[in-house]
Amino acid sequence: MVRVSLEDLYKEVILDHYRTPRNKGRLDPHDVLLERNNPLCGDEIELFLKLEGDTLQGISFDGKGCSISLASTSMMTEKVKGLSTKDARDVTESIKRMMAGEEEGDPDELGDLVSLKGVVKYPVRIKCALLGWNTLLEGLDQAGRNEP
Amino acid sequence: MSFDAAVVRKDFPIFETEAHGKPLVYLDSAATSQKPRQVLDRLTLFYETENANVHRGVYELSEKATAAYEGARESCARFIGARSTRSIVFTRGTTESINLVRFTWARENVRSGDEILVTEMEHHSNLIPWQLLAQETGATLRHLPIDDEGRLRMDLLADYITDKTKLVAVALMSNVLGTINPIRAIADAAHAVGARILVDAAQAAPHLSFDVNELDADFLAFSAHKMCGPTGAGVLYGREDLLEEMPPFHGGGEMIREVWADRATWNEIPYKFEAGTPNVEQAVGMGAAVEYLEGLGMDAVREHELELARYAMERLEQIGATIYGPRSLEDRGGVVSFNLDDVHPHDMSTIVDQEGVCIRAGHHCAQPLMRRLGVPATARASFYVYNTSDDVDALIEAVEKSKGWFA
Repeated sequence: MVRVSLEDLYKEVILDHYRTPRNKGRLDPHDVLLERNNPLCGDEIELFLKLEGDTLQGISFDGKGCSISLASTSMMTEKVKGLSTKDARDVTESIKRMMAGEEEGDPDELGDLVSLKGVVKYPVRIKCALLGWNTLLEGLDQAGRNEP
Repeated sequence: MSFDAAVVRKDFPIFETEAHGKPLVYLDSAATSQKPRQVLDRLTLFYETENANVHRGVYELSEKATAAYEGARESCARFIGARSTRSIVFTRGTTESINLVRFTWARENVRSGDEILVTEMEHHSNLIPWQLLAQETGATLRHLPIDDEGRLRMDLLADYITDKTKLVAVALMSNVLGTINPIRAIADAAHAVGARILVDAAQAAPHLSFDVNELDADFLAFSAHKMCGPTGAGVLYGREDLLEEMPPFHGGGEMIREVWADRATWNEIPYKFEAGTPNVEQAVGMGAAVEYLEGLGMDAVREHELELARYAMERLEQIGATIYGPRSLEDRGGVVSFNLDDVHPHDMSTIVDQEGVCIRAGHHCAQPLMRRLGVPATARASFYVYNTSDDVDALIEAVEKSKGWFA
């Protein structure tokens, strides 16, 4: 089992994405725009999705929040961009299972995202880490409904 | 001076535990306080020697339980300067106390077109009940603004208390800013137009000496758990004549005088508002907590907390933190909310926790106030009788460490 200390988690992964978030800012044109927040800590996120057929061709986010929520969302956009909607859902479900402590998290499937497991020890922060992912699931649902 | 926090601290068994292998530095007493041995022993004594239902049995044990329960009511009355125990309704806590007024007095007295005045700094527990009442009745909810240092805009009071105002609901002390509000002046303005004033004393009762008659409060609510007592107990103080004319809140046992198949008459106050078996041992614990605080002396408690607040603000400022709330000590308590550079309060809270330091991060159940301050959240350190300047030093060290992580 990979043991990640809080300090390592912050210094090696979280802060990189917190300081230099990937895919941040509006995405135009987009098919889906969702605004969600985590009332516990006041985190707010806007998620933009652009689909091409069944492929998540574009994704970006904007918002403010703690480092864990912003970094997790930034990592998410890197991970799912270009995936099929099914694969994007599968990754999201894997992350959610990992954060629920149900799975170790497969480095082959999740790559760097496995480091987010360090957050599992801090139950209050799990919601921060999952804000972007839960918003993505909702966005994919909405995109599915928008299909002609 | 006889107050010595290092000695007081020994009354609190929790400080024999550790957090992440480090001494526990508990700076979240505004959320809930720790409990002294004296209160814990009182609860145990009740369970072991006095436990029975109250106001029921004609046997000796029930009389002992009733005496303990009513003794706690006397302690609570004395603590806030109430003239009679008839004014002291035991509830589950401040939130229930406020909702009691909403569902009884306010339902009978607030109509469409009337105004309810709260302030920008209210805790959700003194805001949501009035939002719901306004939605239910068609009354208008207004919010007295605060200034940039977190004080109420008393210069605007005359604009906000009008002939339409029926109720003013205001905190005696802010749980975010630490501001102590000039209740008497607000009460006078409310009474001048025939309105009533409800005072949320959840933050004040643990830390300040006050007298309901000097405040001229019509209703006043506070909770045991923030003042060294157990959860599940609180008080609604109400002026006797108001309580007399109010309809009951919950229906059930104890609150009745005589019951027929289709109707009933009500017990005398305060029992009219205490339906069902009350939280007896919690109330007894609340009485013990009050007596514990009286033993320390509330003036000494306040002086001690102000010294810690002063020191904490000074140190926080030295490391570049932004502090919210009044900077002068006269009208503030030992609650210090702050932010530091780009360190999100939630990150800070998680990081300082690694050092054994418990602080609160978030909106503190005051989202409208966060918007007014223009921040999504703040970190908050709140002090109580068991904290020492060493705790402030530990806080500063841990906060600096969190800053270092983000450097």
